[in-house]
Amino acid sequence: MSNLSAFDTLGPVMVGPSSSHTAGAVRIGNLAREIVGQDFKKIKIYLHGSFKETYQGHGTDKALIGGLLGLSTESSQIKKSFQLAKQQKIDFEFIPTDLGEAHPNTVKLEIKDIDGDTNVITASSIGGGNIVVTEIDGVEVDLTGDYPTLITLHKDKPGVIAQISTVLNEYKLNIAEMKVVRQDKGALATAVIGLDQQLDTSILNKIRKKSEIKKVKRVNPIE
Amino acid sequence: MYDFNTVKELINLSKKHELSITELVIKREKELSEKSEVEIRNEMKKSLTVMRDAIEQGLTEDITSMSGLVGGDAKLVAAARDKGEEITGEVMSQAITRALAVSEVNAAMGKIVAVPTAGSCGILPGALLTIADDHDIKNNKIVDSLFVASGIGLVVAEQASVSGAAGGCQAECGTASGMAAAAITYLLGGDNEKVAAATAIALKNILGLVCDPVAGLVEVPCIKRNAMGTANALVAAEMALAGVESVIPVDEVIIAMREVGDALPKELRETSLGGLATTSTGCKIKEQLKTD
Repeated sequence: MSNLSAFDTLGPVMVGPSSSHTAGAVRIGNLAREIVGQDFKKIKIYLHGSFKETYQGHGTDKALIGGLLGLSTESSQIKKSFQLAKQQKIDFEFIPTDLGEAHPNTVKLEIKDIDGDTNVITASSIGGGNIVVTEIDGVEVDLTGDYPTLITLHKDKPGVIAQISTVLNEYKLNIAEMKVVRQDKGALATAVIGLDQQLDTSILNKIRKKSEIKKVKRVNPIE
Repeated sequence: MYDFNTVKELINLSKKHELSITELVIKREKELSEKSEVEIRNEMKKSLTVMRDAIEQGLTEDITSMSGLVGGDAKLVAAARDKGEEITGEVMSQAITRALAVSEVNAAMGKIVAVPTAGSCGILPGALLTIADDHDIKNNKIVDSLFVASGIGLVVAEQASVSGAAGGCQAECGTASGMAAAAITYLLGGDNEKVAAATAIALKNILGLVCDPVAGLVEVPCIKRNAMGTANALVAAEMALAGVESVIPVDEVIIAMREVGDALPKELRETSLGGLATTSTGCKIKEQLKTD
């Protein structure tokens, strides 16, 4: 049998009404919060497909905001997430849209962090509360929030991936899954590396120091 | 290895290792999650608490769904029973009431356990906990029976689907009803064959049920279908415990359910493009919600 847990069919504990429209939306918010990795005050939320059609009735809007605030899928506070966001002076806006060929339950988030950078994250709720982030800042990714994940932006040239994996090997970190995507040959590429163990800041700093590495991000797994 | 793909394999493993279905499902979970038996049991106890809290909430608080379309039906049935006006008997009336209560809490963004989904979350608590309370059964034994339910749910998820979008409402409310029937049969001392028969009967009775949510919401007809799935679970468990067998074995029923699900047009699989969703009232509701 697959790796389905006994608590996948009798569970999860969650606030209703829909595992894909509500629980999945909370988890998208949770993962986006991890990806941004710092405080933010302004969010634009573009809703596509079935999310666009029924987001108010399913509380998808409240769930996304709740997830972005760090609430869990079973938090009774999700219903009140708009008030919580307003208390924290977070400005948010929902915009129904058409994202083309995307999964029916897809959302694009534009989150302006306190450094003034805008993080653009596209994610889909693919059933039973499971989610996948498909794009971060224009780069195609495949992030499910199951593993501690290292995301790099680096020069697209031979040996860079080897340098990263050498550092990971020094710290005895096992790579569970990895995907490398480049925008243009020889320009910049992104690696999304899922790990079996947590990533310490010291490891992150060591990778960051390599000359070909432009940016490093750590995304912790979500529940 | 304590893994299984079918109900038959589950029962054969149970014979081979001289373990109950509960023990087997827990052993499989231990292998998979590397958690201890105590941790796994505690997680299930937590689910039981959430189910009981949802029943309580649905019967005591004023519940209105997110769209404002539904709410208060559980209280109506309870009030009729309090006046002695129930027509299906005390147990059935209690079960229906509880299923409505949990399902209404779900529609109002309250906390529930998805069994197997949020849309069908009222069925197992409604049926199982009513029977457990009626027989004064202790929590530990109820938790045992919840593992039986999840074992059945795992087989259906693996062999067919528990998603309305993939298999129609039969996959959600049908599976929930089968899980509840299995759990009740186990709870009341039915042997493995009776557990299998109860599951088969419950699934057979809801075969072909379409998923046609009005305006795409988990409200109409989902909430009332939870009450129906609960009644069906009790009907199936009553027959199985009395010795009624399913002519078609449970694993074949599950495969039939998958095939029926595959044959359902997409209009009837949670897209809201058919069934009750496209009745004139269904369309009107959708338009009203859009303009609100």
